[in-house]
Amino acid sequence: MDTKKTSLYQLHQDSKAKFVEFAGYQMPIQYSEGIVEEHRFTRNHSGIFDVSHMGQLFIYGREDLVDDLERIFPLDLKNLKLNHSKYSFLMSDNAGIYDDLIITKIKDGFLIILNAACKENDYKILKGLLNNKYKMIMDEDKSLIAIQGPKSVQILKSVIQGVENLNFMSGNWFTLDDHNIYVTRSGYTGEDGFEVSLTNEFADGFTRRLIDKGAKLIGLGARDTLRLEAGLCLYGHELSKDKTPVEANLKWAISKERILKGNFIGSDIIINQLNNGVSKIRVGIKPEGRIIAREKTKIYNESDLEIGEITSGTFGPSVNGPVAMGYVENEFSKKNTKIFLEVRGKKHPATICGLPFYKKSYVKGVN
Amino acid sequence: MNEVKYSKEHEWIKLEGDIATIGITRHATELLGDIVFTELPDKGSNIEKDGTAGVVESTKAASDVYTPVSGEVVDLNQSIVDDPSKINQDPENSAWFFKLKIKDKSEMDTLMNKDEYDKFAKESST
Repeated sequence: MDTKKTSLYQLHQDSKAKFVEFAGYQMPIQYSEGIVEEHRFTRNHSGIFDVSHMGQLFIYGREDLVDDLERIFPLDLKNLKLNHSKYSFLMSDNAGIYDDLIITKIKDGFLIILNAACKENDYKILKGLLNNKYKMIMDEDKSLIAIQGPKSVQILKSVIQGVENLNFMSGNWFTLDDHNIYVTRSGYTGEDGFEVSLTNEFADGFTRRLIDKGAKLIGLGARDTLRLEAGLCLYGHELSKDKTPVEANLKWAISKERILKGNFIGSDIIINQLNNGVSKIRVGIKPEGRIIAREKTKIYNESDLEIGEITSGTFGPSVNGPVAMGYVENEFSKKNTKIFLEVRGKKHPATICGLPFYKKSYVKGVN
Repeated sequence: MNEVKYSKEHEWIKLEGDIATIGITRHATELLGDIVFTELPDKGSNIEKDGTAGVVESTKAASDVYTPVSGEVVDLNQSIVDDPSKINQDPENSAWFFKLKIKDKSEMDTLMNKDEYDKFAKESST
């Protein structure tokens, strides 16, 4: 299968990107300055991320659609205001996670942002669950550009006036040079920022304008270190069909209202796990010293019994040390529990810690 | 003569008397990206030609470091363990990895000179 290219491919090439294949797309892993510098630039200034490989699924419908989607997602969608977004999951009957996603209420329905590697399967599942009742469009004519970091608001508002008035996890339509652009205040780096959905033809020119204002392109490598420092899950690592949202320690994303009433896919298991606990749970892990414990590293307790496995681990440039997440048996999941990580045959001390590793600075209540 | 030689695993080696200084090449650091962790062999240990003699990790992945010749580890560069980013800054000079007291100088003959290595690096990266 040929790998796909996003509408920013030429810009990535012009910017000396190193490419990797990711979910069937040729994507930039890093540019000439490297992952650590790109990471720091995002934390201190403003980074641009091409996330056009992600799915932008529009589902059109009215009250029926709200009811039907509430049978799928553990969200209070009836009370989700126009242009407001929620983080959620598409689950199996066993509450295993098919994908994690952002769902936004738009004028005639909902917009769902899906992971690139999952989007085709998600589409099939949703189409089946909704019995073909609604118009569903996976919009391949649109690009998605994220701009993240403390200077992003100044930079983006100098190009699109009014974006500064958006609150975290809300969005709106804007017009730029006769192009309709949907902007949400959101992202996946732990920084204030925006995600901009616009036509493929306009994406390159728009992104070059952000670069002219001082933002820089950032690759998938730094996106991974940024999200890991922010304690955010990555599908295929922390999240999979074998993990439930409760095990993934994401119960905050399940509406309390819906837990009381149930009646969504996987609700029996979710409610049971919330009441009775889970055997394994996602935690933050801080290795001592500089040792990096990567995915699949085995975790041991102080009695040398295997208690879990790392799902993501790297060096956190802003933390200036190694950071990791993984699943451990519930009884060892308390903060400050001493654990050991087996790296290249040696066991290295580490500690269970709270998340995030790096404190977020999301903007709430600007208006 | 202090000619610097190179291995196919992208190490450089500089021989002075029977003491060899070993590090990784600029080309290797460019392949690895930002180096954030380094592990060196134990001082006093004997390591064999082409055996593992440490680890470097970038933000992306871990890679073994091999020794291009056999010998006893007589000195380590602690500064690259304390600050691995030094390897990206000055890989073929101050950011050397370890020094060996070598046993068999003829092992040097199996390695590449600068021109050969540059050609090898160029070919292997395309």
